[in-house]
Amino acid sequence: MSSIKKTLFDPLFNNNPIALQILGICSALAVTTKMEKALVMCLAVIAVTGLSNLCVSLIRNFIPSSIRIIVQMTIIASLVIVTDQVLKAFVYDVAKEMSVFIGLIITNCIVMGRAEGYAMKNPPVASFIDGIGNGIGYSVVLIFVAFFREILGTGKLMGITIFAPVNEGGWYQPNGMALLAPSAFFLIGLFIWALRTWKPEQNEES
Amino acid sequence: MQKDSTAKTILVAAVLCVICSILVAAAAVGLKPLQEANKKLDIQKNILQAAGLVDAKASKAQIIEAYKSIKAEVIELDSGNVMEDMKPEAFDQRKARKNPSMSEVIPADQDLGGIKTRSKYSTVYKVMESGSVKMLILPINGKGLWSTLYGFIALSPDLQTIKGLGFYEHGETPGLGGEVDNPAWKAQWSGKSAFSDDLEPMIQVIKGSVNPSDPQKQYKVDGLSGATITSNGVTGLVRYWLGADGFGPYLKKFQEQ
Repeated sequence: MSSIKKTLFDPLFNNNPIALQILGICSALAVTTKMEKALVMCLAVIAVTGLSNLCVSLIRNFIPSSIRIIVQMTIIASLVIVTDQVLKAFVYDVAKEMSVFIGLIITNCIVMGRAEGYAMKNPPVASFIDGIGNGIGYSVVLIFVAFFREILGTGKLMGITIFAPVNEGGWYQPNGMALLAPSAFFLIGLFIWALRTWKPEQNEES
Repeated sequence: MQKDSTAKTILVAAVLCVICSILVAAAAVGLKPLQEANKKLDIQKNILQAAGLVDAKASKAQIIEAYKSIKAEVIELDSGNVMEDMKPEAFDQRKARKNPSMSEVIPADQDLGGIKTRSKYSTVYKVMESGSVKMLILPINGKGLWSTLYGFIALSPDLQTIKGLGFYEHGETPGLGGEVDNPAWKAQWSGKSAFSDDLEPMIQVIKGSVNPSDPQKQYKVDGLSGATITSNGVTGLVRYWLGADGFGPYLKKFQEQ
């Protein structure tokens, strides 16, 4: 039981895929301008990492090592296309705004990294939980970044006005840079700084 | 059979491909009706939003209800004639633009919107109220900085006043050119004059803010700061579509009625 817990919760802070492994930065920059987009992206990534780990683990003993990467890619790509279709059918507005970024989950290093690094060597249930855990670890950072980008960039959260912006007659001058990609770098940097101050064992030896 | 033998490798690859393609095909085919319905609703919502009949948070029922007042028809752009035999529900302007027999090349000197080709036909939407036209909604598109912007412009029935403008698809920089979606900026369009007395499009997006004492101010909209190319693109595409090379012939006929 404790090992399942460890597999699930370790990727949140102790071994966070973005903060410690520095994987999946691309989409962390792209889909974090709004909380709503970030949440949909998180759910999509959690579903894809969980299911791809499960599928890869189920057939891990049949996968010839010479084609293992392409087998993993095929499974991941299929799952991503299915996810994309589901989103287009049920949350069309958000899916339209996210456009290519759902498709780009295929190239998200976290999914591939967990399939190759964990699911190829571990049984299905543990792999599935590891995938979910890493998806949640990714989500923690995404939601953190999206929270600050949306509130600083537009004065809103989930589309609800928190700080009334100047151009709508309020007092808050929105920070335009928060909506551009560089701000996500700063926020991820601050997140990593805070995390490594809290858990100094994550610091690399100099 | 050995796990890494050639035969086994090919077998695993083949089985995997078949399973994955069945999965993908099933999802694509099974969810298609829902997706198509969403797409249609989205287009209807964009038309209604340009006309200011619904807001961004309108529910499905509100959209369907509001869309009942809209009458769509397909027109031929060159002549301005209504094509009675073309059903607006079946006509897809963006597909038609890519179909050589349905589209035409725009001569470079006329191409203010920077779109190079256009469909020979276009859908126009009339908002009807007790038998008379209350508003005319025209689809417009043209190039900004990075992308082609697709949207709608709504005009009053006497064609003098702009009732609204909105883009439903573009890939401009968020926070700069992407501000074409800003409700405060879009609200400026409402009430502006589109044409001079002889139906020449006069409206333009200027650089900076409109001077309130400018005698021509009814033809001017504030520029988007930091997005001069997108702003100029919007001026170009609006002028193209409202001009004699765009909806001009149709608008002349519409005015005579």
